Amino acid sequence: MTQAPSAPRLPVERTNPFDPPSRIGELRETEPISRLAFPDGHVGWLVTSYALIRRILADQRFSSRQELRHFPLEHPMAREPQPPAAPGMFIRMDGEDHSHYRRLLTGQFTVRRMKALEPRVQEFIDGCLDALEAAGPGADLVEHFALPIPSLVICELLGVPYAERGRFQQNSKLLMRLDSGGADVWAAVAAMREFLGELVTAKKAEPTDDILGGLCATGELSDEELVNMGFLLLVAGHETTANMLGLGTFALLTHPEELAKFKADPGLVDGAVEELLRWLSIIQYGATRAALEDVDLDGVRISEGECLVLSVQGANRDPERFADADSLDVSRSAQGHLSFGHGVHQCLGQQLARVEMRLGYSSLFRRFPGLRLAVPPAEVPTRTDMVIYGVHELPVEW
Amino acid sequence: MEVEVDPRRCCASGMCALTAPAVFDQDEAAGTVVLLSARPPSETWDSVWEAADSCPAGAISVKD
Ligand code: HEM
Ligand code: SF4
Repeated sequence: MTQAPSAPRLPVERTNPFDPPSRIGELRETEPISRLAFPDGHVGWLVTSYALIRRILADQRFSSRQELRHFPLEHPMAREPQPPAAPGMFIRMDGEDHSHYRRLLTGQFTVRRMKALEPRVQEFIDGCLDALEAAGPGADLVEHFALPIPSLVICELLGVPYAERGRFQQNSKLLMRLDSGGADVWAAVAAMREFLGELVTAKKAEPTDDILGGLCATGELSDEELVNMGFLLLVAGHETTANMLGLGTFALLTHPEELAKFKADPGLVDGAVEELLRWLSIIQYGATRAALEDVDLDGVRISEGECLVLSVQGANRDPERFADADSLDVSRSAQGHLSFGHGVHQCLGQQLARVEMRLGYSSLFRRFPGLRLAVPPAEVPTRTDMVIYGVHELPVEW
Repeated sequence: MEVEVDPRRCCASGMCALTAPAVFDQDEAAGTVVLLSARPPSETWDSVWEAADSCPAGAISVKD
């Protein structure tokens, strides 16, 4: 098993807009844990089965620490050793370091809190739908619907003035691009830090009733920690949900039978959201973990320091877990999908994302029952060049 | 059925409160699990199994 130099790179070629690269499915059948070469020369592992990925995500011997990471794709940062996570960037930390920060936020993202936020989210959605209609008879759904809704919501929650969204949307898009130049990435990070730094200073001077204001008021966190926590929430909270709204709508519009079921029965929306999360698996290049010690996984020896890329796509399309896994079926129970991850890092914002998607999809098709694509599906530009999959634009008519 | 939760393991994902709201809630301040009923009625059992299975932190245990 040590043909390390010839280990393959992460499969990324898709043959259609919705299915993962076919190699992912082949590997899951023949070698669910297989060798993987990283651009910096590291040789680690690609894991493609549901059972293994779930187990690894729940196992503390596999670390999220940034300094142990290797990046599986060509990227300006991929060849550089990673520094430890900046203070507050808890998604890239383990154990007590991670939970210390996460605990400061979990009370803000409970099911009940998010439920209470529904009327406000609905107002934002209605406003976006008005703007979409005004831009018609045809318009780009990403620009008028998918992107502004999560931006408005996360700005309001965090207490970021929406008028200043241009300053973070641009930078956050750049950070998610795989082909951004190294200098651009650093400039974007610096610009985000500066923007959030100003905000933190303002909130410390004059306390506000929002998440960032609340964190500032605890007096327990340094400015650097506050900036980085804000940074994480802002970036994690808007690109992901925006892409689910855009790509999910694209999926429904190209699957008329599923769309008809969805429109006919408003009660399907909760399940449909889970199914779209599962089937689309927008975290297209998976989650990464590094082994803190030697571990035996189903007879395969993982050595300390080796990185594992956990294919969320592989897990969510695993026929051992989901019957007829490759078909989109909005009436199935897709519960158990790994689109929000698993284990202690499972998405902090998932209940918020669910509220936005449920209200978003159902309001969209209630308001525009005749919504359809304005271009052939093959002409919709997809985001294979981004960390998070989705559509760059979605031209629609109604 | 007997249900136990371990709030120290809980990472406040909310999966239990979402899946079986009659049996699990989340603490208002910390977001961690609050058990509403240690011996829940039989009509909730399916949802309780589902919640235990989906808990990302392994914080819920269920005995028949
Ligand atoms: C459909 C939308 C979303 C998807 C698919 C998604 C997906 C994910 C995934 C897979 C992880 C785990 C990463 C890992 O284990 O390495 C994660 C973590 C996280 N997500 Fe989301 N997310 C979404 C929406 C949101 C929203 C709306 C927020 C905002 C507030 C958010 C905030 C976070 C944070 C803070 C973490 C880090 C949690 C931790 O490390 O403890 N996400 N997300
Ligand atoms: S599902 Fe588990 S981790 Fe999530 S809130 Fe409930 S007990 Fe906590």
